Amino acid sequence: MEKIIVGISDVKTCTGPAEIVTYALGSCVGICMRDSVSGVSGMAHIMLPDSTAIVTDSNKMKFADTGIELLYNELIKNGAIPSRLTAKIAGGANMFGTISNTMNIGERNVEATKKQLAKLGVPITAEDTGLDYGRTIKFYSEDGSLLVMSSLKGNKTI
Amino acid sequence: MAIEKYEDLNSVQLDVLKEIGNIGSGNAATALAQLLSRIVDMKVPEVCLLDFQEAMDAMGKPETLVVGILIRLSGDVEGIIMFLLEEPFAKTICTTLMGDHPFSLLELDASDMSVLNEIGNIMGGSYVNAIANIANMFIDISVPAMTVDMLGAIMNVPVVEFSQVGDKVLMITEQFIMDEVEIHSKMLLIPTVDSLETLLGKLGVC
Repeated sequence: MEKIIVGISDVKTCTGPAEIVTYALGSCVGICMRDSVSGVSGMAHIMLPDSTAIVTDSNKMKFADTGIELLYNELIKNGAIPSRLTAKIAGGANMFGTISNTMNIGERNVEATKKQLAKLGVPITAEDTGLDYGRTIKFYSEDGSLLVMSSLKGNKTI
Repeated sequence: MAIEKYEDLNSVQLDVLKEIGNIGSGNAATALAQLLSRIVDMKVPEVCLLDFQEAMDAMGKPETLVVGILIRLSGDVEGIIMFLLEEPFAKTICTTLMGDHPFSLLELDASDMSVLNEIGNIMGGSYVNAIANIANMFIDISVPAMTVDMLGAIMNVPVVEFSQVGDKVLMITEQFIMDEVEIHSKMLLIPTVDSLETLLGKLGVC
């Protein structure tokens, strides 16, 4: 099985069986999307909620709105059918509690992610978001399962 | 010269930032050495301008379990001080101050947590005081916030914050070594772009 690593502010897709990994999500959100019939899959790792709030920025993969759209378009380019796409999301933690981030980026990232997925008409079938711990996630394109790993809270498959 | 983004810094200014790191962390190392009655060495500080992925990778493997202590700076200099301690370093601190006892980052008890938090407070305070003194500035520090988690998830905090103003993050990194053995920890100063101009201006290199 191919192993694909998704970096911070990054988007990757695959058409065959693969394990798509992103390490140590903090307030970032990992968005996994898959065509439930063909198995065409991909993941986006976004850092910030809204590209329109930062006009000078051209890095589409950094933001929830543009990053998810990019992932969606890439999947369709690879043969995915829009009506068959579903998503699983994880991350969006608030790592240090209140002082770490007065703007609560984690929560806003999750909100923006859900908003963009709704706009694109991609239903969320599972999520593990919020709270105060980091997550490494592994998405399997063969069956669409998502393994969420945490140092202190253990692992779970959603 | 106006500094609008980190890339605008010239080599003299980068050297000055390195020296700031040296003075700040020298003071922090002295404070730690006195508290523990142990020798605390430092490496030469590094000033790095990194993109996000590089910044995450520069500190080590993303899934390494570490203690992260975060202190916010406000006043004349704004930014973040991040103190990253791997298990052996945290263990040495806790067993030196609290007596020998079983220690694991996976099961930190309340007294170990408060010891580490206080060490972060003292070292952060020493670091900032040294800088404030040489630059004749007022810098206020927040109460430290502490967490134990994956290195990558902890580094996510400063990286994400600075991602809102560009695609790079400037880190002044110091590595501490205890007892001449390979017990390491890292302290990072991550100033905002605006603060750099103030700081370098006060030191006459802006």
